[in-house]
Amino acid sequence: MSFLTVKNINKSFGDTVVLRGIDFTLEKGEVVSIIGSSGSGKTTLLRCLNFLEIADEGEITVGDEVIFKAEKGLLFSDKELREKRSRFGLVFQSFHLFPQYTAFENLMLAPTLRLDERAKKEKMPVAEKRAELDRIRDEAKKLLAQVGLAEKADFYPCQLSGGQQQRVAIARALMLSPDILCFDEPTSALDPELTGEVLRVIKSLKNSERTMIIVTHEMEFARNVSDHVIFMADGVIEEEGTPEEVFGNPKSEKTKAFLSPKDA
Amino acid sequence: MRLFLEVTLSLLKGFGTTCSIFGLTLVLALPLGLLISFGTMSKFRPVKAVFKTFVWIIRGVPLMLQLFVVFYVPGFLFGTPITSRFSATIIAFVINYACYFSEIYRAGIEAIPTGQTEAGEVLGMTKWQIFRKVIFMQVVKRIIPPMGNEIITLVKDTALARVIAVTEIIWRAEQFTSRALIWPLFYTAVFYLAFVGALTLLFGYAEKKLSYYKV
Repeated sequence: MSFLTVKNINKSFGDTVVLRGIDFTLEKGEVVSIIGSSGSGKTTLLRCLNFLEIADEGEITVGDEVIFKAEKGLLFSDKELREKRSRFGLVFQSFHLFPQYTAFENLMLAPTLRLDERAKKEKMPVAEKRAELDRIRDEAKKLLAQVGLAEKADFYPCQLSGGQQQRVAIARALMLSPDILCFDEPTSALDPELTGEVLRVIKSLKNSERTMIIVTHEMEFARNVSDHVIFMADGVIEEEGTPEEVFGNPKSEKTKAFLSPKDA
Repeated sequence: MRLFLEVTLSLLKGFGTTCSIFGLTLVLALPLGLLISFGTMSKFRPVKAVFKTFVWIIRGVPLMLQLFVVFYVPGFLFGTPITSRFSATIIAFVINYACYFSEIYRAGIEAIPTGQTEAGEVLGMTKWQIFRKVIFMQVVKRIIPPMGNEIITLVKDTALARVIAVTEIIWRAEQFTSRALIWPLFYTAVFYLAFVGALTLLFGYAEKKLSYYKV
């Protein structure tokens, strides 16, 4: 049984069909890259997994829990959406750090709010809450160090380079230890000389416990880091397989055309 | 000299009333405006329509007329006239200014990129937490200049209260015209200028205080 099972995801915006019958599975600790040209539905797929969009059809299973099953007129409450989202983390193309908070505060905000809620609900003793807060603080410091930004903890996003901002955003997503971490073109908004540092950080996150889905245009990176590659075109999975299969010996004409454009 | 003192004292009293109208209106209209802006941004169409219509009416009718309405209409309709001219003034001003403020809030809120909300959502924050902890401070920073403008207008709009005989500063100055004194009327400008000057400094300070980050 796979860790993540995505079955028959369909999504349209008005008359525009963006995803048609997306199926794939993912094992725990696996890294999958999703490649494909702009408009092929990669980003929409990630947004459906993170419940920023609600798929029109399909089913999403994490572990042995069906967390999403499309039905007509399905509406989720804020609370239900939060629970579903907690299984996933998402790193955006353009970072979306909170500008009024420092790097450290960006990491602390959501976990602190969550702790406040829990403390209130469980009537947690003050000492216990303080200990828990210290633990969160340590975690934030540890993660900032892990992405190489320990010294920038008190800097505001506007004082950081794009690459540094994206590394903060990655650390922020890791704070809630999601089961599955998604990256939506994490280097597309960066200057070419800054992509390396971000890709290195993503690569360093690979371990047996962390499952990752990476939408990217960095082919070399996708080839190096992934266990599995999905090529999407026009809202369907055109081809998938190991990096060697997809990059080394593509079967579909569309994949071939995408990987070796004629005018290149 | 004695006359000058007498005028100054009288105008100061009036200026006190002016400041009360200003302060109370500001304190009540700022939060009310935010609530109205939520109404005009509602995804539920009937609610949105009601609030939009309300804002249209309030912004479309002279404030002076609204003062008359609040002061006289309850008496006409229900036989229970508002006895306090000051309360009537505050009610009319708060409603009027809340509507103007609501549009400033709306512009500020809609200018925040949706990515900020989405970032909060994928971090598992509630809608209210996102608004309170992420969006609102960015809105405040953006709207200080237009708010400052509107608030400065409010300082001078308080003079309208004299149409229902609230004894604010212009009303006081006008009393002297019956003694053939016109200069107290011009003298009131000094009070307004000092007040607006102080506010301008305050807004400049607030802008500077929030300039540590960019939105």
